[in-house]
Amino acid sequence: MILYLLRRVLYAIPIALAVGFVCFMLVQIAPGDPINAIVPPDAPADVVEQVKKDYGLDKPLPAQFGLWLYKVVQGDLGRSLATGRPVWSDLSTAIGNTLMLAFCASTLGFLLGCILGGLAGTFRGSVLDRGAVGLAVAGVSVPHYWLGMVMVVIFSVQLNWLPAMGAGPGGSSDWAWDWDHVKHLVLPMVTLSVIPMGIVTRTVRGLVAEIMNQEFITALRGKGMTRGAIFLHVVKNAAPNALAVMGLQLGYLMGGSILVETVFSWPGTGLLLNSAIFQRDLPVLQGTILVLAMFFVALNLIVDLMQTALDPRIKRA
Amino acid sequence: MSTATTPSAAEAELAVQARQAQAKSDGYWAGVWKRVRRDPVTILCASILLLMLLAIVFAPLLAPHDPYQGSMIRRLRAIGTPNYPLGTDELGRDILTRLLYGGRLSWFMGITPVVFAFIIGTTLGVTAGYVGGKVNMAIMRVTDVFYAFPSVLLAVAISGALGAGIFNAILALTLVFIPQIIRVAESVTQGVRSLDFVDAARASGASGFTIVRVHVLGNVLGPIFVYATSLISVCMIIASGLSFLGLGTKPPEPEWGLMLNTLRTAIYVQPWVAVLPGACIFVTSICFNLLADGLRQAMDVKG
Repeated sequence: MILYLLRRVLYAIPIALAVGFVCFMLVQIAPGDPINAIVPPDAPADVVEQVKKDYGLDKPLPAQFGLWLYKVVQGDLGRSLATGRPVWSDLSTAIGNTLMLAFCASTLGFLLGCILGGLAGTFRGSVLDRGAVGLAVAGVSVPHYWLGMVMVVIFSVQLNWLPAMGAGPGGSSDWAWDWDHVKHLVLPMVTLSVIPMGIVTRTVRGLVAEIMNQEFITALRGKGMTRGAIFLHVVKNAAPNALAVMGLQLGYLMGGSILVETVFSWPGTGLLLNSAIFQRDLPVLQGTILVLAMFFVALNLIVDLMQTALDPRIKRA
Repeated sequence: MSTATTPSAAEAELAVQARQAQAKSDGYWAGVWKRVRRDPVTILCASILLLMLLAIVFAPLLAPHDPYQGSMIRRLRAIGTPNYPLGTDELGRDILTRLLYGGRLSWFMGITPVVFAFIIGTTLGVTAGYVGGKVNMAIMRVTDVFYAFPSVLLAVAISGALGAGIFNAILALTLVFIPQIIRVAESVTQGVRSLDFVDAARASGASGFTIVRVHVLGNVLGPIFVYATSLISVCMIIASGLSFLGLGTKPPEPEWGLMLNTLRTAIYVQPWVAVLPGACIFVTSICFNLLADGLRQAMDVKG
């Protein structure tokens, strides 16, 4: 197993490099000269030439990638075209906000999904089961950006209970765990949680139904074990797979929250990406995508390692 | 088989065999259709989708107004306004008309990438699964890289770099779905490749191409097709999401995601008009999802 863990960690390195290469290529596939990603289009010709030399853009592509990678590893993601500030300075606060939103949403979705899926799997074929399955399908089919708008219409416009925008009073982006801030979190969190809710419900329902059909459960029943004790056995068997799904969902939400953050003006990476797209600010676009994708690669690795550690049945050479 | 001692028993045996052959000659697809017909949810979803398809194909005949012609004096009317049954948008254009026309682009952008990805992904996946070895290694490792991006993020990244436009959005979405289809195609092909009848065909001297065409494709296309159908729902949500972000379709073109974006500022004036385009995306997407589920059960595909 140690060998497997080591191999899995080593395998993540070429993947991370390749992901970096895809992000590097984003600027190359953009229409126009890649130099447009560094200097504004109205810069004088001699400045453009100088910058080209400074950034090594006169060198062949592999050399450029090497240079870019060298800078990225040192934490230099370039400068924003729109603000002139280093990309990392805006990104570092945004990524914290996105992580918090994604974490809260996937936790909520995971809890709801476990309850719904557990009930549905235990009482298979009942009204409860059909309701849970219906909710799960709705959860994965709903355009979450639209659900966010409907939430705003109901809870902000009609009922006036919760704020529709931002992450704190007065548009501040400094987070604190008090009601003034938390009430800004409620709507985006609930909106974003429906996707993991749907997927976890489906997974847990399948897992529970499969485990309940196995012979050892019948044996435990025959032995006279109480329902509660059998429940613990089911949880123990379902946990590794369910946790793996949850971990990946956290990663998907970090990418998927782009649209929901736009709806709620949540000051995270989604909003940053949105304004970068709008202003064609390629360094910000590239840097944000790179950091989010790297988080996803790391998360995939952690989930795999945790699953192997948690489930003694997985013995990978 | 039981031993037939009397002539009458042998005749009965033959009759049973004949009836089984009759049932088999109805074919696989007849069986699938029979199962689909008994599933009310699938039939309902298929009917809703068919109605929607007819409505958007015949939009010019059904739409009461011009989709581009607005008026400053009748902006953001409520649902139920005479002449404008679903109200008007922020430029005074009829919502019902724009929803009908908007469905054309939304459906087009939801289905086209999946069709392209199905063709390319199946080709690459079956090749990787059948040939194996270094070819498999090359195709699957590249797939792994694209798999390392969450799909929404990859779509936004590619179309964000390429810039707004329908073509760029379709290109980005196709690239998002190709790796997912390759993975499914590769794993089902590997499953089929090791079956006895493929060995038999090879032993009888059939070429690799013939084996794939005759023996492999017939057995793998079904599961891949079912998987691809389930992607349409996701594709539609992401495609409209791209338009919602200002990528994808450009104004004044009617498209559900873009309409949702431009109506976003109207949620304080006409909230229920503003959320209509999203409801259309939701209904379409949930119907495609349930249809894919129904097909999977009817075709008895695992996974």
